[in-house]
Amino acid sequence: MSNPTENDATVVSSVVQGFADMPGGLLPLLHEIQARFGYIPSDSIATIAVVMGLSRAEVHGVISFYHDFHTEPRGANTIHLCRAEACQAMGSRKLEQHVKARLGIDYGDTTADGRFSLEPVYCLGNCACSPSIRIGDTVHARVDADRFDELLEES
Amino acid sequence: MRPKIFIPADTTACALGADAVADEVVVQARGRGLDIEIIRTGSRGAYWLEPLLEVESDQGRIAFGPVKLTDVATLFEDGFPASGESSLCVGKVADISWLARQDRLTFERAGVTDPISLDDYRQSGGYDGLARALDMTAEEIVAAVTESGLRGRGGAAFPTGIKWRTVLDTAAEQKYVVCNADEGDSGTYADRLLMEADPFQLIEGMTICALAVGATEGYVYLRSEYPKVLQILNQVIATGREANLLGQDILGSGRSFDVQVRVGAGAYICGEETSMLESLEGKRGLVRFKPPLPAIEGLFGKPTVVNNVLTLAAVTTVLAKGSDYYRDYGTGRSRGTITLQLAGNIRRGGLVEVPFGLSLRELVEDFGGGSASGKPIRAIQVGGPLGAYLPVSQWDTPLDYEAFAGIEAMLGHGGVVVFDDSVDMLEQARFAMEFCALESCGKCTPCRIGSVRGVELLDKIRKNDQLTANHALLQELCTTMDAGSLCAMGGLTPMPVRSAIKHYPQDFEPVVQEQTECQS
Ligand SMILES: Cc1cc2nc3c(=O)[nH]c(=O)nc-3n(C[C@H](O)[C@H](O)[C@H](O)COP(=O)(O)O)c2cc1C
Ligand code: SF4
Ligand code: FES
Repeated sequence: MSNPTENDATVVSSVVQGFADMPGGLLPLLHEIQARFGYIPSDSIATIAVVMGLSRAEVHGVISFYHDFHTEPRGANTIHLCRAEACQAMGSRKLEQHVKARLGIDYGDTTADGRFSLEPVYCLGNCACSPSIRIGDTVHARVDADRFDELLEES
Repeated sequence: MRPKIFIPADTTACALGADAVADEVVVQARGRGLDIEIIRTGSRGAYWLEPLLEVESDQGRIAFGPVKLTDVATLFEDGFPASGESSLCVGKVADISWLARQDRLTFERAGVTDPISLDDYRQSGGYDGLARALDMTAEEIVAAVTESGLRGRGGAAFPTGIKWRTVLDTAAEQKYVVCNADEGDSGTYADRLLMEADPFQLIEGMTICALAVGATEGYVYLRSEYPKVLQILNQVIATGREANLLGQDILGSGRSFDVQVRVGAGAYICGEETSMLESLEGKRGLVRFKPPLPAIEGLFGKPTVVNNVLTLAAVTTVLAKGSDYYRDYGTGRSRGTITLQLAGNIRRGGLVEVPFGLSLRELVEDFGGGSASGKPIRAIQVGGPLGAYLPVSQWDTPLDYEAFAGIEAMLGHGGVVVFDDSVDMLEQARFAMEFCALESCGKCTPCRIGSVRGVELLDKIRKNDQLTANHALLQELCTTMDAGSLCAMGGLTPMPVRSAIKHYPQDFEPVVQEQTECQS
């Protein structure tokens, strides 16, 4: 996803307007912007700040507090790998090494071809059938190295 | 009549292939000219059997599982949907002892009904509780909840009736009901399962709460890791509004209440109630000082009930069947049922709802069937990432709040994570500190900085660096975090750390460097 164009600026202001009157609307707004663009373009922050009656620093503060929000473009698919205890008990530390080596990236990074971003997650609520990963909105259970490679092919 | 086939659409069932199985069932049936009806349900929580297909019969439902995509054709060759031949047939659902031995109050409908069907919900006793509540005064509802002995299922086990009473007694033009659906604890999935399998129960519970305390607006704060739940909740809220179970003048009672879902953004600390309120207000999730209690000054400064999903759901049972009915389950001051979630290295993982009082050993051995790897179980972490690691000597502890407090442990939200003997407890202790460092809201030093120091100390201990001194420092650090943290994030992180050191001291001792010795 490229940098926002003027057209995108129009999208941003129309999206932002929709949340101006919502009590505590900043998180839903940020989610919506991120859903549209895949990330929160830095150009949008000024608009968000003005409409929501906040300073730019405040908006930045909120964005940086939450792991879900990103201000840089992301890969086409985000892979969330569960690092939490139930998955650890089923070998997620080994899976983690495989995934990083296979993708050639660390957490927070995106593959050179722009296909995948990798993020840690602390529980996907799939803990009876660990290790768990999420690709896009789909959770996968009992993922080992082979299964992960299969899933990559399918994505 | 067309045979009815029930296939879960639950997150874990789908993570195991339930969607693909459902599609293949359609293909196979069509190929054989069979006319069938498929109903997508939630899960019963017997995850070791998922994907679990059920077929309606004269003798009740017959179950098949676990069914893989590649099993479906064979299943049909063996006579499916008629029962019999297939080796995947586990018999009548009612005879699956893993399920039959449970006391399902909150999870009675899970996996049985169509989650988004209001008719299914009502035909199975749904909204009976609200009907009762609409005939009661606010005082009477609060009294019923108090008498049931219900305590919060989110972790802190605070008596629900007392919390509601405070909000009821605080006069204000606007009050709120906030459902904590952040379910951040690793090893837990009961909230998710309930919201995917029986979402109306949560909406009904919130509505009863609103009547009890005089609130007109409700929020469900849902973690972003649960996209399926978001879709389902929005759907049933819309259905509820159409049926006048939400909105203005509910069922002609003159009372109004509406609910909206807000999605979190991947911060564990936002499960802490005051951090959650900040987040709902659109801010960074910094924990607030208490007092004031949220019950007095909560969301947007107004009196607010914050309750966990399971707490609000349990209220429907209390109202529909009576306080006595609920209170008669359980032991000591832990009344009703507890929902345990068997997770990690466990053979028969899944959701177990039983009266308080069962022992951890019965849970893990009888229900869980031992470890998935077949190796001996070495440690069980109960109560999420802030919960203690329990060694075999403590497994006879009854699952009840006070008994767990008595062994420096906690039940929390009921997560039970099993580790076999390959676990490295120093690594687990280090992770507890690392997690605290990652998820700390940053407001207080013992938590923000202490957790980073904790990781460093454990790394030094790993390297055998000044062992005695660093162990002493680590203990001191735990004391500081425990005593000097504003909330349980920093305050309870020492619990898994201390339990690991106390019960598995050998994992913190110098490793004998065999290789080096051989070489010299
Ligand atoms: C760090 C931290 C995380 C928490 N996470 C959750 C959570 O994910 N879900 C939850 O219901 N309660 C969580 N709690 C407990 C809440 O603060 C609060 O006690 C609870 O929502 C009250 O509801 P209950 O009385 O029905 O349990 C957490 C507390 C702390 C300190
Ligand atoms: S203990 Fe940690 S999470 Fe809790 S208020 Fe302090 S810094 Fe924030
Ligand atoms: S701990 Fe990994 S899914 Fe819950």
